Amino acid sequence: MNDSAVENSKGPQGNAVSAAEKTNLFALIWRLPMLVWQSIFFAIPLLFLVYLSFWLVRNYRMEPGFDPVNWIKMFSKDYFWDAYVYTFGLAFLSTVVASLIAFPCAYALSFKVSETARRWAIFFLIIPFFTSYLVRVYSWQIIIAENGVINAMLSYVGLGPFIMLNTAFGSIVGYLTLTLPLVVILQTFSIASIDRNLIEAAHNLGCGRLRTVFTVIVPLAKIGLIIGALFCFILSFGDFVSPYYLGGSKPPTLSILIIDTTKSGQQWPKAAVVAVTMIVTLLVVAFTSVGLAYRKRT
Amino acid sequence: MTSERAITWLLRIYIGLIFCFVFAPIAASFVFSFNSDRFPTIPLGDFSLQWYKNIYNDPAIWDALRNSLTTASVVAFVSTFIGFCTAYTDYRYRFFGKNFYLALALLPPTVPLVIFGLAMLAWLSQINMSGRSWSVIIAHVVLCTPFAMAIIRLRLAQMDQSLESAAWNLGASEWRAMREVIIPFTLPAIVSALCLTAAVSFDEFAVAWFVSGLNQTIPVVVLEILQGQVDPRINAIGTFVFLTSMTLVIIAQVLIMSRDKSKEDAG
Repeated sequence: MNDSAVENSKGPQGNAVSAAEKTNLFALIWRLPMLVWQSIFFAIPLLFLVYLSFWLVRNYRMEPGFDPVNWIKMFSKDYFWDAYVYTFGLAFLSTVVASLIAFPCAYALSFKVSETARRWAIFFLIIPFFTSYLVRVYSWQIIIAENGVINAMLSYVGLGPFIMLNTAFGSIVGYLTLTLPLVVILQTFSIASIDRNLIEAAHNLGCGRLRTVFTVIVPLAKIGLIIGALFCFILSFGDFVSPYYLGGSKPPTLSILIIDTTKSGQQWPKAAVVAVTMIVTLLVVAFTSVGLAYRKRT
Repeated sequence: MTSERAITWLLRIYIGLIFCFVFAPIAASFVFSFNSDRFPTIPLGDFSLQWYKNIYNDPAIWDALRNSLTTASVVAFVSTFIGFCTAYTDYRYRFFGKNFYLALALLPPTVPLVIFGLAMLAWLSQINMSGRSWSVIIAHVVLCTPFAMAIIRLRLAQMDQSLESAAWNLGASEWRAMREVIIPFTLPAIVSALCLTAAVSFDEFAVAWFVSGLNQTIPVVVLEILQGQVDPRINAIGTFVFLTSMTLVIIAQVLIMSRDKSKEDAG
């Protein structure tokens, strides 16, 4: 991009003196801290991880190198592919479930409550997102355990006990704890910003409620729905707490594989292979979803 | 239209159910922290403060708390400072590679924590900085800066753009305009960012677990306790952690909401 052209055409800060927009010491002081910090402690570590996946481990010691042996070994293991398919499937399931559960809630928050109520609802949904996920997962552990709260309640009416802990169901409960508030918030933002006149028009033209939802609201809120789903997928795919403490690590997910491999000594290069595979997967998923979200309707 | 009404109420009840699901674990942790039984279930045992006494008398918890508080405060100040710099840069300047610049600023929260934790551990070991007291601080600043940047950037977007140039035209230097126009205007957002970043750092366990070494923070201790058997002390620690981070997040949000209101009043 030609920055001087942009400056002239728009004059970025209204009538700001254009000389002030030149890169002087003042400008650099504000620009550099993030650039330096996130380069050294975010970009470089991730690039280093890619490099690390080609290192060698000899006699339990890591040696710098450039050998695809870790990749070949990891990709030839059945347990790696089992974990890959399981993790992807579970994260996908969690995304579908979260999106479906969140939609009626976002719809209701957009159309069935006052604006003040909506604002408060979002206020309260933001709180858990920044509140210890780990302890909440532990809490679920004691709620859904075989002799936990839910089964104790069910036993009063003569049901159960149901095995929920250490199953895929447990993992999904944990994923939803992490992602549901965020998905509801993102969906609500996009549904609430739909032009009411369009919905009114659909009703006036005799379009029923459900049909309005599927032919008017879902297409118009598409971007928010897909971005919500994408975040849900990213968070579920990378999380290790739920599949470990609620899913019982049977079978392990990729994130659990990374932890087991890392914590068991000098096998960091192998863990790096798993990590890089996960990043590539997430990039593909992200680009596909963003492409879907912004695709023009034909 | 009674069916319309019924649907409205059904949907409102549905919202209530979602909130129950979201807040159930927090409530459960609170209730069971005062429960005397070793395995938390219903019917409840007696009211008891034993788990609180237990953690109160555990020096390891106090060490971890000290680590957590130090880490969270330092992280809050450093990441809010960097976030402010980035937000101001984005607000005022256009330059070559700005999209790349913004991607670098905003991407960290989208990388799974396990992967970032591993990358951080490997890199910090490589440059001989892992397992130190500031290893966790370094990693948390990376994770928290995007939140600080976003909050402060939103506040700057509400500012009348001619205010700063008016100050220049009246002869103020760039530094003076920064001090007397930009910083006072963004102050609520700065305080909000301090609280939010402190909350994020105070709760973060995955990256901290990878890089903390012996300098464990509270969430890392919780993680290690979790690997053993069911231990009701976690409910007591959890209640304390919930209260701390909820307070911080509520303060952060109230500061943002009140500034929205003042803008509406002015407008």
